[in-house]
Amino acid sequence: MAASSDRNPPPFPTAEESEPGLCDMADADSDEGEDIFVSNSNPVSVSRGVSQPDRVSEEPSDLFSEEAASSTAAKANGVHSDDDNDLFADANVELSTDKSSSSARKEPSGPRHASTFTPSPAAMQPTSLEQLEEEEAKDSFDVDVAVTNPEKIGDGMNAYVAYKVSTRTSLPMFRSKVFSVRRRFSDFLGLYEKLSVKQSLHGCIIPPPPEKSVVGMTKVKVGMDDPSSVEFVERRRAALERYLQRVVSHPSLLQDPDVREFLEREDLPRAVNTQALSGAGFLKMINKASDAVNKMTIKMNESDTWFEDKFQEVENEEQQLRKLHVVVDSLVIHRKELCGNTAVFAKSLAMLGNSEDNTALSRALSQLAEVEDKMEQLHQEQAASDFFIFAELLGDYIRLLGAVRGCFDQRMRAWQRWQEAQSTLQKKREAEAKLLWANKPDKLQQAKEEITEWEARVTQYERDFDRIGMTVRKEVLRFEKEKAKDFKSQIIKYLEAMLQSQQRLIKFWEAFLPEAKAIA
Amino acid sequence: MTSIDENSKEKLRSVSVDLNHDASLLIDIPDALCERDKVKFTVHTKTTLSSFQKPDFSVPRQHEDFIWLHDTLVETEDYAGLIIPPAPPKPDFDSPRDKMHKLGEGEATMTKEEYTKMKQELEAEYLAVFKKTVQVHEIFLQRLSSHPVLSKDRNFQIFLEYDQDLSVRRKNAKEMFGGFFKNMVKSADEVLISGVKEVDDFFEQEKTFLLDYYSKIKDSTAKAEKMTRAHKNIADDYIHISATLNSLAADDMTANKKNLEKLSDLFEKFRKVEGRVASDQDLKLTELLRYYMRDIQAAKDLLYRRARALADYENSNKALDKARLKSKDIPQAEEHQRQCLQKFDKLSESGKKELTSFKGRRVVAFRKNFIEMAELEIKHAKNSVALLQGCIELLKSN
Repeated sequence: MAASSDRNPPPFPTAEESEPGLCDMADADSDEGEDIFVSNSNPVSVSRGVSQPDRVSEEPSDLFSEEAASSTAAKANGVHSDDDNDLFADANVELSTDKSSSSARKEPSGPRHASTFTPSPAAMQPTSLEQLEEEEAKDSFDVDVAVTNPEKIGDGMNAYVAYKVSTRTSLPMFRSKVFSVRRRFSDFLGLYEKLSVKQSLHGCIIPPPPEKSVVGMTKVKVGMDDPSSVEFVERRRAALERYLQRVVSHPSLLQDPDVREFLEREDLPRAVNTQALSGAGFLKMINKASDAVNKMTIKMNESDTWFEDKFQEVENEEQQLRKLHVVVDSLVIHRKELCGNTAVFAKSLAMLGNSEDNTALSRALSQLAEVEDKMEQLHQEQAASDFFIFAELLGDYIRLLGAVRGCFDQRMRAWQRWQEAQSTLQKKREAEAKLLWANKPDKLQQAKEEITEWEARVTQYERDFDRIGMTVRKEVLRFEKEKAKDFKSQIIKYLEAMLQSQQRLIKFWEAFLPEAKAIA
Repeated sequence: MTSIDENSKEKLRSVSVDLNHDASLLIDIPDALCERDKVKFTVHTKTTLSSFQKPDFSVPRQHEDFIWLHDTLVETEDYAGLIIPPAPPKPDFDSPRDKMHKLGEGEATMTKEEYTKMKQELEAEYLAVFKKTVQVHEIFLQRLSSHPVLSKDRNFQIFLEYDQDLSVRRKNAKEMFGGFFKNMVKSADEVLISGVKEVDDFFEQEKTFLLDYYSKIKDSTAKAEKMTRAHKNIADDYIHISATLNSLAADDMTANKKNLEKLSDLFEKFRKVEGRVASDQDLKLTELLRYYMRDIQAAKDLLYRRARALADYENSNKALDKARLKSKDIPQAEEHQRQCLQKFDKLSESGKKELTSFKGRRVVAFRKNFIEMAELEIKHAKNSVALLQGCIELLKSN
């Protein structure tokens, strides 16, 4: 991020595909960029969506039979170093110290990159998207995870549910190709906790885990048999599965040893710091960070409005999704009501049929009662689809958008830290000048040492800030692409379920029609 | 002024069949006007009968006029052996009015487009209630006009012809009959059930059947109504979902925009389909059940009147015995007994005819409506399938 850029900074991932010119950079950078970001996003795992509950009985080998896993040997995935810092280390040329003399940086270095790139990232999306999708077929990450077999362990208030986490992969970094472990909910929370505090992952959109629920769990602890407990466990299982799928389809997270350990290690030490990670707790965490940022005295002046605009977009979208989620919840409730009302009506109609003294009409009434019974079944399935596919999709993305906001905040804090370091450096220099004037040679030496130390810090923090800025940008673009794909596949799934339902409805009524005509 | 075109009237009029085919007296309600709470029906008559002053004429009538007509028919002794067609229920705009009110209150929370759609939906609901009430009033008159005895009723003719306000006549009627009718209805079931000993197998069976059937069909009607309302709620939810998806799509600059737009469009189309499913179910199923529930009540009323006549006859027997014992007033008692028996026999004969034809009518109407309902459900579902397939293809080809 030198003021004078002889060398091109590492390109955006999307730029990689559509701008062959940029690819021609002779730097080691481009390779690394390509590795991580080109062969990005496994469509298979993310878009798999809802696993059917009856998968529970299948063997691990069958779990993935429906998946078409294209396992081209991923380029250098397993070999890649875990330390993402290295990726960017070379990207930064030695910062010239003279620029640090200004205490209040008006122009953060991150956005300056924008001027060197041809189109804005958003505009580049369309073409690069298509090309990237072609690439994906060849370069998809070959990791499939599934969460199945919820099993209640223990009794009473200490009981918990253990899930089977199965992985199938051809990546060399794992010990075997197919393996599974048992994990409980707090393990998943623990994984998130570990990932979210890693410096190396700052700026990354770390998928948030599903929410805690004291009420839900208590019912399960008491007994797992009633329909609401069954629904709760299934909801949680599906959510945990989607959570893991998102984690492993994130290129940086997949490299993380904690993730690998979570998937592979037989006995995982119990996570203890999961208190803060209830749904409300997660939100509180994000909002606290936002507040801290808002309280910053020095406001960042973005020369490139990309971050501001994008943040605003994210906030708006989150708000709209919440609104939509409320309506879809209402739809689920009404659909369940329809279900109940239809069942009750069917019974009533059957009774009426029994009362009816005209034989043909009596039979027709009974048949109609049966049709209504079948309708109830359809409504029930539709309600499940409304909830598990549509509502949960919205819920996931509301939480994910919260995580996106979190990244933006991390960038702001990085900027803040840099600013504060610069201000401290300034103070140290002023202190040194005073000492020079006061002629105290021994203290002077110490002052000089401190200045050197803080100069290094300023350099480091500026690098961190730039790096986070780039990460955030890259992550957001990746996220948007994933989101579009995810929405598309989930919506198609939702509509296909509805389609099947309607087709069955037609069959039921077509079967009834001759009965109605037979009334005499 | 809201005109109901012939086509939709034909569709609506399937609750009762074989009406209005006798060209000598054709009645319909071509127009109705809704003024705040009151509905003014235009009752139009075309007749070849000489008992009427004109061959083609119309009069304005209110709901209360219909009730007056019904009540006078019920009170007419001569018609005690007939099933008097049930009075049309009062026009009930409460449900759409409440919803319109709630909508007004919630206007601030929704987009202009969403509000407009909800308002449209409510106006459609309002119109549906309106159409239903017109239909039900029309059928009442048509039942009368197609009945060999009732169509000749003097009060019926007055109702059709009298071009002045009927409210004066109505008031007189109320004073005369006021409490009597209500008392009758209250104790009807008691008399029926409390076991006036039945001499005729046919009527014994009918009594058992009608009492049982009535309670069952009343239950089914209520449950059908709840089911239809749930469908309506879902159609309303689709409006909100479509509108919110639209807002999301408008602000979305990513590849997701197209997905959201297509889904929004689908839900917008879907809500219309779902709305029609709800209203068709309402007309073909709920209204059918509701109509026959009231018709069965009318049949029960007939049984009741006959049971009362039987009770009167038995009492007259007892009185005759007593008179014979006391050797006092024997001729009066004999005359009274003879009259009671005559009345009872007349009721029984006419009652049997009425109840038999009622059965036939009911079966035919159920058949017609069930067929139509099944056909409509299939039609709407096929429509939904086409919409869904179209949307899925659009999304996949993106």
